[in-house]
Amino acid sequence: MTERIKNRFEALKKEGRSGLITFTTAGDPDFETSLEILKSLPKAGADLIELGIPFSDPIADGKAIQEASQRALKAGMNVKRVLDMVSIFRENDKETPIILMGYYNPVYKYGVDAFAKDAAKAGVDGLIIVDVPPEEADELLIPLKKNNLDMIFLATQTTDDERLPKVLKNAGGFIYYVSIAGITGAASASEDAIKTAVKRLRKYTKLPIAVDFDIKTPKQVKAVANLADAIVVGSAIVKIIEDSKELSKQEIVGKVLEFVKTLAIDKK
Amino acid sequence: MTNSINYNSFPDKKGHFGIYGGFFVAETLMPLILKVADAYEKATKDPSFQEEIDYYFKHYVGRPSPLYFAKRLTEKCGGAKIYLKREDLNHTGAHKINNSIGQILLAKRMGKKRIIAETGAGQHGVAVATVCALFDMQCVIFMGAVDIERQKPNVFRMKLLGAEVRPSKSGSATLKDAINDAMRDWVANVDDTYYMFGTAAGPHPFPMMVRDFHTVIGREVKQQIIEQENKLPDVLVACVGGGSNAIGLFRPFLNNKEIKMIGVEAAGKGLETGLHSAPLNDGSAGILHGSRTYIMQDDDGQIKNAHSISAGLNYPGIGAEHSWLKDIERAEYVAVKDDEALKTFSEVTRLEGILPALESCHAVSHAMKIAKNMTSDKIIVVNLSGRGDKDVDTVAKFMGVDL
Repeated sequence: MTERIKNRFEALKKEGRSGLITFTTAGDPDFETSLEILKSLPKAGADLIELGIPFSDPIADGKAIQEASQRALKAGMNVKRVLDMVSIFRENDKETPIILMGYYNPVYKYGVDAFAKDAAKAGVDGLIIVDVPPEEADELLIPLKKNNLDMIFLATQTTDDERLPKVLKNAGGFIYYVSIAGITGAASASEDAIKTAVKRLRKYTKLPIAVDFDIKTPKQVKAVANLADAIVVGSAIVKIIEDSKELSKQEIVGKVLEFVKTLAIDKK
Repeated sequence: MTNSINYNSFPDKKGHFGIYGGFFVAETLMPLILKVADAYEKATKDPSFQEEIDYYFKHYVGRPSPLYFAKRLTEKCGGAKIYLKREDLNHTGAHKINNSIGQILLAKRMGKKRIIAETGAGQHGVAVATVCALFDMQCVIFMGAVDIERQKPNVFRMKLLGAEVRPSKSGSATLKDAINDAMRDWVANVDDTYYMFGTAAGPHPFPMMVRDFHTVIGREVKQQIIEQENKLPDVLVACVGGGSNAIGLFRPFLNNKEIKMIGVEAAGKGLETGLHSAPLNDGSAGILHGSRTYIMQDDDGQIKNAHSISAGLNYPGIGAEHSWLKDIERAEYVAVKDDEALKTFSEVTRLEGILPALESCHAVSHAMKIAKNMTSDKIIVVNLSGRGDKDVDTVAKFMGVDL
């Protein structure tokens, strides 16, 4: 049910702060560890959770997330198990919105109707499919709507004023603004650039705006936390998992949570 | 059913061939792709664009390429007449230059200064490096680390031409990974860079645009076969990796519905082994590199690694138009194994004095199979898409010869 995303943004508004959205790849480095991380994220300060569906050929991602996908696939992750992971998470958390993010082919192979139905049942709230732009989105939007799931669209620096209305036409949940030029893990955009971008988007939509500009440090979070309705931290978290290969499951979970806690956004 | 289709009206405005094709790319790429589509549409409406292409085709590439009656090959098979369309005689040694000339002229119109491209066998990379030298543009070629190893002469040729060759080490370190990396580079360098896609696959407008630049192959064949035989061929045969040389040959004949077309995929070590590059024979519909098309994938929709002795066919996807032509049964798609292609390499070399690219050997091999079951009044045209000099190392290795 899509109410979770809406409710969470309303609650954030009441608290007078922006939300923290964390990204991890489901099954990275393995199912158990990934599930433990997922379960503890809300307590550590994640307001919304983005969970990546691993894919063999993630063309919009940089090295960190490519390798996270590879680790997850090698450990036996697949679409069905991603949904299983969400179901287990939902047993104890009915509030934190979960957005699945991935590429179209695994979802297409699963079958879009079956996927929408099973995802809704598992407790997923929204879907970001990186390689489905508005031009091709109808075939996904119809089954998602039928199952009360939000389709979240990306807007970028190169999405000009002429194109923005097209992107926003069927957008649900929130707008995912990618402020880096290029792939995930690339150079960060400046504060001013983000301010301008959010202002531009605001002219076209009432939906909450989440900004992904590849934040790496808590200092960066503090600097931009109030520029948008939510900020996304992805590669930096994934990198911690990558760097913890030698550690035990508990140690990896601990390290990730410790980092997320430093990112948690306080009231203004 | 297929009789009522006018093939000239495809793709539609959004790049669809039936359910295939389209724009399955991230929003970060979408505005760029639309700009290319728009620039290409404008260029096709400007007669001087085609004139420029024709000029370079004639004076630089050496077109038209001959349509050669392979007499000894025909005699050996003892059936239909086999004609070879000699794309191997083009400048740089393959059909790939047709596309590079077309796209560099478009990039120039768009005011781009930096060209990036992927390459498998290195033929497209060489063709891109060549036109970049000719038009004084910066050139970066992405190539799988595995392919770099087995196509050293082409890698060196690219460097001699002034290109930077960047190895792609992720995944299978072959063509598909080179495409991934090239797309990543394009997104990061939107302003000055043009991505010169090398085959009639990927997001719209590439399947249409690359096809259009290669239709010169089919158009020439149509004229040449009338001059030599006073009739049209009965069967067209071409190898398919991404499918650009095949669609270039097929396209001008698609509305001649009595003409049969056969695309030949790489069966690698055999379709049953899974070690092949034959998505149309042993794959299913999916989404890869910007388009819906047949791909090689597992039950979870993860892309499988392709295998073929010829790097140019080593790709788990296929151009969207071929997927459509297969489904509506306008074209037939078969597969030829590594060892069959190698056998054909020796046969064509000895019988005709032509070293064909291993890619093209797949097509000739199938043509020889069907020629013997056809009568001598029938004509088969095979696209000899490239020359085999680049493959002598591979062939020597297979024969156990140390060079």
